[in-house]
Amino acid sequence: MTQWNLFMAFIRVSLLGYGGGPAAIPLLYKEVVDRYKWLTDDEFSDILALANTLPGPIATKMAGYIGRRVGGTVGLMNAVLATIVPTIILLIVLLSVLGSLSDEPWVQGMTAAVVPVVGVLLLVLTWQFIKKAKGTLGLLVTALLSFASLLIIEWLGIHPGIVIALLLGAALLRRDDPKKGAGTQ
Amino acid sequence: MAFFIPGILGYGGGPASIPLVEKEVVDRYEWLTVNEFSEMLAMANALPGPIATKMAGYIGYMEGGILGSIVAVFATVAPSLILMIALMSLLYKYKDSPKVKRMTAYIRPTIAVLLGVMAYSFFSTSYEGAGLYQTVGIAVVSFVLLEKLRVPPALVIVGALVYGALFLS
Repeated sequence: MTQWNLFMAFIRVSLLGYGGGPAAIPLLYKEVVDRYKWLTDDEFSDILALANTLPGPIATKMAGYIGRRVGGTVGLMNAVLATIVPTIILLIVLLSVLGSLSDEPWVQGMTAAVVPVVGVLLLVLTWQFIKKAKGTLGLLVTALLSFASLLIIEWLGIHPGIVIALLLGAALLRRDDPKKGAGTQ
Repeated sequence: MAFFIPGILGYGGGPASIPLVEKEVVDRYEWLTVNEFSEMLAMANALPGPIATKMAGYIGYMEGGILGSIVAVFATVAPSLILMIALMSLLYKYKDSPKVKRMTAYIRPTIAVLLGVMAYSFFSTSYEGAGLYQTVGIAVVSFVLLEKLRVPPALVIVGALVYGALFLS
């Protein structure tokens, strides 16, 4: 039953995620955190951070890892296949049968209308993360870190993976402060 | 091999690996012409799901049938996935240590910013494509449906697809 749920969850994400990897993130969150409760909010955040830091397509990395957590090796294969196979078959069939459907105005219209919806989904998830961060780090630190990340990633064009790696390093190297270490005593 | 390299080097997911894939399959191995490549890319963009694996699957299939497809997809997905699983299990082992807890806390604002930037890029794409009114209209309607009325995202997306096919063509 778990495997079936896993398969269905990732099929749904894959067939609704217009706009590649990033579009799948909010949908994935809905399935694995809200709906099936396979992961907590924190775990999802960690997985997303790591998946973002490593190279390669983000959706399949997340699918593979979550699948393995939920259903072992079979779960891993299951989630990855559900993520990629349907759309590959679709692409092969459409390209070989129809040549170029992507010039059809109604296809372009479909894709165009979905983009803002994905934008809203991402925005809602952004807000959730900010709220969570405010809860653990306080408003000031959250604001500072967010602003600094925005500057570094957007203005200086530094790859987000590097920023995340540096933050992880900082968290590891900081000495545990007995007065206010996160999670101590 | 052609897909192994973009799979390793393609930082930032699908879109980042597109130029790398193009370099390999068009310039280096000449499996596709530039025109064929851009046609495939347009189609891959119009379909749901991750871009990089779709292209790998298709090109692999054209060059080496089902087996080629499997090889290309495997090369795209496997290296980064194995790395991911190894690192995650390491993190998981020390899940309760204060350092790992702090890591989770530290990166959260950055992840929020990343998601926000992604959201922004989707909106600006939409603004350029569908115009201001359509973008704002669809965004507001979908926000109300998703957040206030708790409609599942799947239904909202299907609704948007239908709306787009009828009114934005």
